[in-house]
Amino acid sequence: MPAPIRLRELIRTIRTARTQAEEREMIQKECAAIRSSFREEDNTYRCRNVAKLLYMHMLGYPAHFGQLECLKLIASQKFTDKRIGYLGAMLLLDERQDVHLLMTNCIKNDLNHSTQYVQGLALCTLGCMGSSEMCRDLAGEVEKLLKTSNSYLRKKAALCAVHVIRKVPELMEMFLPATKNLLSEKNHGVLHTSVVLLTEMCERSPDMLAHFRKNEKLVPQLVRILKNLIMSGYSPEHDVSGISDPFLQVRILRLLRILGKSDDDSSEAMNDILAQVATNTETSKNVGNAILYETVLTIMDIKSESGLRVLAINILGRFLLNNDKNIRYVALTSLLKTVQTDHNAVQRHRSTIVDCLKDLDVSIKRRAMELSFALVNGNNIRGMMKELLYFLDSCDPEFKADCASGVFLAAEKYAPSKRWHIDTIMRVLTTAGSYVRDDSVPNLIQLITNSVEMHAYTVQRLYKALLDDISQQPLVQVASWCIGEYGDLLVSGQCEEEEPIQVTEDEVLDVLEGLLVSNLSTPVTRGYSLTAIMKLSTRFSSVNRIKKVVSIYGSSIDVELQQRAVEYNALFKKYDHMRPALLERMPIMEKSASNGPTEIVQTNGETEPSVVEPKHLPPVTQPVNQANDLLDLLGGNDVVPVIQTTMPTKPASAGGELLDLLGDLSLSAIPPMTAYNKNGLKIDFTFERANPNPNIAVITIHASNSTEADMTDFVFQAAVPKTFQLQLLSPSSNVVPALNQGTVTQVIRVLNPQKQQLRMRIKLTYTLKGSPVQDLAEVNNFPPQSWQ
Amino acid sequence: MPFASFCGTTHSFISHSHCVSQLLCLSVISSFQMQFMLLFSRQGKLRLQKWYVPLSDKEKKKITRELVQTVLARKPKMCSFLEWRDLKVVYKRYASLYFCCAIEDQDNELITLEIIHRYVELLDKYFGSVCELDIIFNFEKAYFILDEFLLGGEAQETSKKNVLKAIEQADLLQEVRHLMKSMWGR
Repeated sequence: MPAPIRLRELIRTIRTARTQAEEREMIQKECAAIRSSFREEDNTYRCRNVAKLLYMHMLGYPAHFGQLECLKLIASQKFTDKRIGYLGAMLLLDERQDVHLLMTNCIKNDLNHSTQYVQGLALCTLGCMGSSEMCRDLAGEVEKLLKTSNSYLRKKAALCAVHVIRKVPELMEMFLPATKNLLSEKNHGVLHTSVVLLTEMCERSPDMLAHFRKNEKLVPQLVRILKNLIMSGYSPEHDVSGISDPFLQVRILRLLRILGKSDDDSSEAMNDILAQVATNTETSKNVGNAILYETVLTIMDIKSESGLRVLAINILGRFLLNNDKNIRYVALTSLLKTVQTDHNAVQRHRSTIVDCLKDLDVSIKRRAMELSFALVNGNNIRGMMKELLYFLDSCDPEFKADCASGVFLAAEKYAPSKRWHIDTIMRVLTTAGSYVRDDSVPNLIQLITNSVEMHAYTVQRLYKALLDDISQQPLVQVASWCIGEYGDLLVSGQCEEEEPIQVTEDEVLDVLEGLLVSNLSTPVTRGYSLTAIMKLSTRFSSVNRIKKVVSIYGSSIDVELQQRAVEYNALFKKYDHMRPALLERMPIMEKSASNGPTEIVQTNGETEPSVVEPKHLPPVTQPVNQANDLLDLLGGNDVVPVIQTTMPTKPASAGGELLDLLGDLSLSAIPPMTAYNKNGLKIDFTFERANPNPNIAVITIHASNSTEADMTDFVFQAAVPKTFQLQLLSPSSNVVPALNQGTVTQVIRVLNPQKQQLRMRIKLTYTLKGSPVQDLAEVNNFPPQSWQ
Repeated sequence: MPFASFCGTTHSFISHSHCVSQLLCLSVISSFQMQFMLLFSRQGKLRLQKWYVPLSDKEKKKITRELVQTVLARKPKMCSFLEWRDLKVVYKRYASLYFCCAIEDQDNELITLEIIHRYVELLDKYFGSVCELDIIFNFEKAYFILDEFLLGGEAQETSKKNVLKAIEQADLLQEVRHLMKSMWGR
């Protein structure tokens, strides 16, 4: 049997393969040879074969059949074998397979080997991939080696102990005695690994942390070591660009951070050294900045005095101006962490941060954006928003959604004027309209509704935006809604804020119909535009055109659209008398909580979200009935509008609470009353108290007709003062039969939490002998029991 | 970064199909750990892989593939750090080789760059003006050097000289045919 080919020769051969297939063939051939060699238990060439196998494994080919061979190599007496064997174990074995446990005994023997390099191999392997079982078995050996005077082994044992603790935390205690004089070592390797070990212990166990603070007086020791590093002269062995052992310095600073956190005494003891490091470290190279960075992190995390904190933030500010983008990146990351606690200090660097929005690097841009939003306040809102909107225009799509959300939020919190607010929203919608989050649409609608004096301006701007571009759905949806609502203002040319445009009703309807047929419109958008068109039937005079459109969509394939069209059709045909009332202007909507968009995504998770969980208003797509005329008569905003359900569909939100609150109805002795009696129409009220809520009065109206003809299309509406809430349920019918042959009943629920005197204004409409009749009346004669 | 609950002393993994969750699972309290180091060429060929957290072969392959793609897609003007899943990745290109380390949330990216640089210096000193071919043909030596410099993802020796000395001595040992206790008695 010829000797298996050498490793380097195999590598050379495989690299000559020109195709994947050729490579695979070579590999398969070699694997077969290796397998037979393994079967023959060839000790001489096992090492060579496993090495080849490891190469092929790196190329991505399976090598599991070499696992046991690695174990055999580890057990061999030749150092070469052990070296490759342990390497193979680390690459091919993992703790999920029981095979790895077979290593334990070998490792144990090798930990006690007479040659330190063999011991080193064992420690390294255990410290890299030891499973918890192995760690348990071998922890004692590691602990022994932690106490040896051989620094080569001691440093490895320390890191091995770190791994053991990570795998089996309960074993931490046993390493405690060995840590006693670790820091008095001169050897930097031991010092470094010891600091790592102490860090691990302090992080994991508050008891350990307290112990090291109080009993071992760790802080002074660390301070002393750090001081020596800084003050000592040039040490060629540990020098990196003029700095002595930066790795050790960084680890010490990190351990100091943990020790100083939430502890006044420790923080005070390290104050001077931190100031010293912060001011004396050379910043021309990355290595110095690495130390400064760690120092800043430590200063910010412990209980440092304010002067030190300002120093730290200024270091970060200088980092921001550094040419090295890596430095700028870490500066932004750190500032993001501190912006909540040291807001004013970070504000001083605002312009530099804003400049970073123009950086070429994606990560830097993102951090700059997050930080910018965190720095927006009432004083800088105009300037900041200019920069952020410019950023929104030019940034990558991955940023647009978050940026848009951030702009909306900031605008809502700090808008200097309503006009500015609307303009800002318009800008976002037109430049990043398709990236805006879905929940922004109802939020914006609510905002626009509540900015009463801006209605004309808003609808005009939105209309103009639609003329330019109908591809961005959120923009289109908001615009449709506004046109539907305020289309009358649009065509009347009443705009105070800017030059009013001349637009006809037909032009407006053209645009809305265009949305319905456009391929760019989503089904939701189509729904918005159909509803808008419908609403315009009470604001425009071209009702016939609207009727036509609506009837066409009555046979639309889209079920949602079809349903709407059918219902609107019904509105035209059967309920035309209700149409004006149903489609009237929206009332001002109650703001429940901060209706901002969801929190800005923080990629490093450091900063606390600055936004409250949004409460959504349901998208208002159903026509809402409210008695505006009644409101006016009762005195402006004094009255809450009534939500009437004319069809047995779900009621809009305002009446919802009443529904929930209503429990069993129980009778109590409240006398009935006559609310209205005129022209043959008599309306009686009967009362019930809703249990368990005594604040709700349930009134049933009974309408009767003493005239000779039926009263058809009968609609009862009611309005109450602001301190009350009222809900009307569906009437039993809309025909009041003649000659008292029957009554129409309808239930009203009144919520009266302040127990004020109940007053009501009612409006009655019906058709009698072909002529429409309408009447208003005030009802003041409620029995005291109904509201006390 | 969310903390997963520690898997218990028997280290039975929480059975997440997504391998990154396992990475998180292991990084329970310690937030300073290098999780792995990868070396790969500009064509995406792997030249060295050192894993300091236990993962299956399949998961390692998946992570490697994704990360290599992500890093190779970076433009030259971009910084050396990127957020990848829940880890931070520090990478630097030396000639035709990318050196890539995955560190945890609280770790110091700038010092990791120094760690990478130190490793390259060690390779350079050992091989004499190291190039990618040296690493390809002597990959096991590259591992040996790495294992004398880092242990469990942490630096075990901060002196260049000491690391190289140890490697030198260990190489000499390979010449000796058998290790016998009596010859090397302590």
